[in-house]
Amino acid sequence: MSDSLDAYLVLSGLLFAIGSFGFLARRNAISMLMSIELMLNGVNLAIVSFGAFIPALGAQGSVIALIVIAVAAAEATVGLAIVIAIFRNKHTPLVDEYDSMKQ
Amino acid sequence: MIRKLIPIVLALAVMGAITGVAAIMLIFLGQDWQDALFWMLAAVMIGAALLVVTMRDIIRCGLAMMVCFGSLAGIYALIGAPLIAAAQVIVYIGAISVLILFAIMLTQTKDAPARLVFQTQAVPAAFASMIIAIVIALAIGATDWGAATRRIRLATDALSKLLFHDFVLPFEIVSVLLLAAVIGGVFLAKREPGGPS
Repeated sequence: MSDSLDAYLVLSGLLFAIGSFGFLARRNAISMLMSIELMLNGVNLAIVSFGAFIPALGAQGSVIALIVIAVAAAEATVGLAIVIAIFRNKHTPLVDEYDSMKQ
Repeated sequence: MIRKLIPIVLALAVMGAITGVAAIMLIFLGQDWQDALFWMLAAVMIGAALLVVTMRDIIRCGLAMMVCFGSLAGIYALIGAPLIAAAQVIVYIGAISVLILFAIMLTQTKDAPARLVFQTQAVPAAFASMIIAIVIALAIGATDWGAATRRIRLATDALSKLLFHDFVLPFEIVSVLLLAAVIGGVFLAKREPGGPS
């Protein structure tokens, strides 16, 4: 089972689906960011498993995965800074109370 | 109190069941120990991910996310990419999780308790993500991956040659992007003098 590409890809799809559920369903902005991290990890697992199972890719899958990890770190930094900046103005971390553009 | 514990108990039950099945397969059916390791790591990862999206206490969500990332690093090591596993531990568990925990501590208030953890659209969201998982699994099962028959152990020196020779321009662009993101984050989160407290 650990020697088949399908198992790893199904696992990454499952992780992506769990992350998308969290992103759609949670009210807290930081929970939504954590769900985005879960989705990014699912995609990264898919990339690494393709790189590990398809001989033509060689080490390129791992290079792409490293770059994805670095970009995810940048995304987390900016996202959390935005959440903290909004929290300073609105005094709540719940996204359904960020409705000043509706009024 | 009981309702708070339901997701934890469910996730632990799922993890324990899959781990038990893996142990039984290992002992009685004489399977490879890598298979059992894969099942255990996958069970811990999926269970921790479910805890991240369902628990009410958000600090515990962050800690469960660290568990999830740690077992994902184990899966990377199992798949034959040890450098990615090391980067996962250093960047995700070491940096991003700590960043998220600090942001949680900065943004939780006592006067706005999160009594409702989920939006009203939680049930349609659950159905939608189940449909996503099923469609992805069906698509994977229906695709013939051709040469993907066995795992390739990845040599780290080959990876470093590729990273610092062929991909050196994306590498430098990513480092500039990280610098820009750090400066932008500091600027966004900075408290302006005279602004709203």
